[in-house]
Amino acid sequence: MLPTVASFLSQLTQTLLVVLLAPLMAGWVNQCRAWLQNRSAPGLLQPYRVLMKLFNKDAVLAHNASPVFRCAPYIQFGCMALAASIVPIIETNLLFAPAADVIALVGIFALARVFSSLAAMDVGTSFGSLGARREMLVASLSEPALLMVFFTPLLIAKSSSLNTIVDTIAHSPFTLYPSLAFAAVAFVMVLLAENARIPVDNPATHLELTMIHEALILEYSGRHLALIEWATAIKLTTYCAIGIALFAPWGIAAGGDWQLLPGAIGALVLKLALAGAALALVETVSAKMRIFRAPEFLGMAFLLAVLGMLIYLLLGA
Amino acid sequence: MSTIPFILGTPLAGAAILFFYGDRFVAARINALVSFATLVGAVMLAVRVIDGGAFVSESGNFFVDSLSVFLVVLTAFVAFTTTLFSRPYMLNEQAHGRVTARRMRLYHGMYQIFTFTMLLVLLTNNIGILWVAMEAATLTTVLLVSLYRTPASIEAAWKYFILCGVGIAQALFGTILLYLASEKVLGAGGGALLWTQLDQVKGGLEPTVLSIAFVFLIVGYGTKVGLVPLHNWLPDAHAEGPTPISAVLSGLLLNIALYAVVRCKVLVDGALGTPFAGNLMMGFGLLSVVIAAFFLSRQRDIKRMFAYSSIEHMGLATFAFGMGGPVATFAALLHMTVHSLTKSALFFTVGHAAQKTGTQVMDNIRGLVDTNPAIGWGMMLGTLAILGMPPFGVFASEFLIITTAMSEHAWAAPILLIALAVAFASMFKRVQGMVFGETTAKRLPHSPALIPVFLHLAIVLMLGIYIPPYLAEWYRQAARLIG
Amino acid sequence: MALSAQLINVFAALMLLVAFAMLAQRRVRSLIDLFACQGALLAANCAIVAWNTGLSHLYISAFITLILKVLVLPYILFRLITRLNLKSDVETLIKIPTTMLIGIMLVVFAFNLAIPISQLAGTVTRGTLGIAIAVVLLSFLMMITRRKAVPQVIGFLAMENGLFFAATSATYGMPMVVELGILLDVLVGVLILGIFFFQVREAFDSLDLKHMEKLKESDG
Repeated sequence: MLPTVASFLSQLTQTLLVVLLAPLMAGWVNQCRAWLQNRSAPGLLQPYRVLMKLFNKDAVLAHNASPVFRCAPYIQFGCMALAASIVPIIETNLLFAPAADVIALVGIFALARVFSSLAAMDVGTSFGSLGARREMLVASLSEPALLMVFFTPLLIAKSSSLNTIVDTIAHSPFTLYPSLAFAAVAFVMVLLAENARIPVDNPATHLELTMIHEALILEYSGRHLALIEWATAIKLTTYCAIGIALFAPWGIAAGGDWQLLPGAIGALVLKLALAGAALALVETVSAKMRIFRAPEFLGMAFLLAVLGMLIYLLLGA
Repeated sequence: MSTIPFILGTPLAGAAILFFYGDRFVAARINALVSFATLVGAVMLAVRVIDGGAFVSESGNFFVDSLSVFLVVLTAFVAFTTTLFSRPYMLNEQAHGRVTARRMRLYHGMYQIFTFTMLLVLLTNNIGILWVAMEAATLTTVLLVSLYRTPASIEAAWKYFILCGVGIAQALFGTILLYLASEKVLGAGGGALLWTQLDQVKGGLEPTVLSIAFVFLIVGYGTKVGLVPLHNWLPDAHAEGPTPISAVLSGLLLNIALYAVVRCKVLVDGALGTPFAGNLMMGFGLLSVVIAAFFLSRQRDIKRMFAYSSIEHMGLATFAFGMGGPVATFAALLHMTVHSLTKSALFFTVGHAAQKTGTQVMDNIRGLVDTNPAIGWGMMLGTLAILGMPPFGVFASEFLIITTAMSEHAWAAPILLIALAVAFASMFKRVQGMVFGETTAKRLPHSPALIPVFLHLAIVLMLGIYIPPYLAEWYRQAARLIG
Repeated sequence: MALSAQLINVFAALMLLVAFAMLAQRRVRSLIDLFACQGALLAANCAIVAWNTGLSHLYISAFITLILKVLVLPYILFRLITRLNLKSDVETLIKIPTTMLIGIMLVVFAFNLAIPISQLAGTVTRGTLGIAIAVVLLSFLMMITRRKAVPQVIGFLAMENGLFFAATSATYGMPMVVELGILLDVLVGVLILGIFFFQVREAFDSLDLKHMEKLKESDG
């Protein structure tokens, strides 16, 4: 498919939309949490202010920091931006659509994670290694679960291209797919684990006994930290977008259809807002699990995903 | 025509009476009377079938042919003689304080209900009801096995319930599959599970479904027959309950379960045309004979030893049914009869021996001939009978089975012979030790009922020497039905 | 797919989920709740099939299932637990994640087993036969891996649920008289078990089944 101006523009729109709105999503989730917990939030635009502040500061590096340490934030940001571009959320058949394969998507996330873990271990502090180990533990369980979750829509659409999956599900008549329901629940559990939310990990904690994600970025400052925080926000938004694309893709615009685009953007914003609110709700009512319960939690996610796949294979629904 | 309701209704009525009055002194006599009435009904039914051939009741729900009626008579007979034995035995147990009055009511009532369920299995035409009655037979005896409330008996009853329950659930699945296959041919509704109808259309039933169904059915009902490796509950359940219950479990329930397997085998053979079902039965049977014979030699409890002997003999009968053909089937039917009679007679003597000496451990039972010659010699003769010594009937059936095996499946014959020899050696040695020697037994408050023992042994002896023509014809007819 | 067919699929999937949830449960009270849930799903499934095919005897089946398995049996079990003063925690022979993995393998096995059989069935629900067999196998796994008596019994009852579901999905239910007989057996069985539990507790002072492993071969 030759890149036309229109498709180039719509691709650019999507990428910029997600990248620029990601901090807003993070702020929205915080806002919802504050409402639920009866306290006042620092405001929806606070993440932007934090990013601005961090970009203006100097980055401080340890003596023995290797190039890996310095490149890792850029790699993470790049991966997340790429992931954000290829998940079809406002329009299918984007420019990068041929690259939008679910398994490749898992690979992109894995790439980012590898570099963040390497960077954490790079400086040689104990917190870094601790965080890296725990992160890899969670990842070793959540990645298979994520793959299994993807397999169910993959089987339904008979293709691993995200494009085809979204097209098929968005344009088929409304049917109850129990297999997709199971996959959706499993996906939510994986989302909580991968994005370091309660009940797997507290994003706001700084206690060494309990942190996973925070331990990885302890050594970063300045623009590096800004990039990593931004990448985290993009990851959350992208995950929500994947969930929406797989399980609730109605309202998405078909490729090249300009008129439907504003409607699609509106639908997307609405769905993301709902997702954020739901996430805040889940975080408020759950308590953080002990770290050694995480395998059980993710095991259950894996199980549900496999069940969903098996049910689809048996029942065709 | 009204014999069937009479046969089924008498035990139920008896149960109702005995649940209320079962603790009276006269209860045991009522029990015996009710069983005798059932026996009379059974004999009348048998005469009818011998004269007039097989028949189906008007509603189509009950069906009697030579196979089932011979088992009905056997069941009623052994149930009756067991009540004769049970009277003094349970009175002694009560005197020793091992059973309370309330439990006697449970015992007598459940005994009659158990008889009812067994007769229902034999008389029903509906394979689904057959399953229901088998499960009911298990349920009625669970509480009886744990009657003494000792830890061992409770454990035995628990194992019995769970293992047989799981097994029977497999049989239910097999029945569902059978219904699935028959629905296509006979249409939905109750008619599709009637054995007579299935027998007529068995050639048209789907082979794959029936073979899978048979696997589940033999695993399920085979658990109740005590086929290895599903036999774990049997030694415990037969050993821990009161001896009359051990006698009916060993003597009757195993037969009934085997009957269920055989009925299903007839259908499967008709549908498949291959010896699949027969091979499966032969395999299980052979395994049971071998394993039981070897485990038998390690037993120290007398009832457990005889329980393993039951497994062995049932394995032999299953093997014979699996071989098929007129001679082997005739032998299998004869074997079921003589085993039932001999094993129950043995349990009668065992029960009294255990009561007299106060223990079931064989090393501690000695010198039975001295204290009560009848018990001692009864046990000796019974053991010789069950081990297949001529001229007892067991020898005849075992001989027929082994010779058929030698001519058709030569590889199996040596295995059977070795297993039987091992069993012979171990059991004979044990029983000899118990029957002769110095004794420590004491007198019992109520004198034992020995008529049942010698009655059974006499019949077995007669069957070994001379089978009355009508009986032989009966067996042959039944063998023809099985094919 | 028609709405009724979709609903049947949903109920079947939920039944499988409940069977897994029972495997993962640690508390006896939740086990009983899940069992009641399973019974409700069973009754609902029966009713939908009845609505779909127009076979009215399935309505009766669904109603009886509802009364017996959602109300009567869980009530009896609850009373049993209260009177026996059971502790909530259920011990398992192997750890729960391993049990779940074995469960998955059993599900795959069951689905494979069901394929040739369901091809021969003529019902609208034959696809769910695999789930029924899976539920039976999972309940069986639950029975084997539990140490206490009550979860074993619930596993046994769940197995019977699975068989009932298999009957409904393969053959639109067995003939009425047979189904009634089976349900009667189940009820009587539970009552007898109830009596039995008291005997067990009297003899051993606990319902832990490790006390009931004394009768071994070596003792003769």
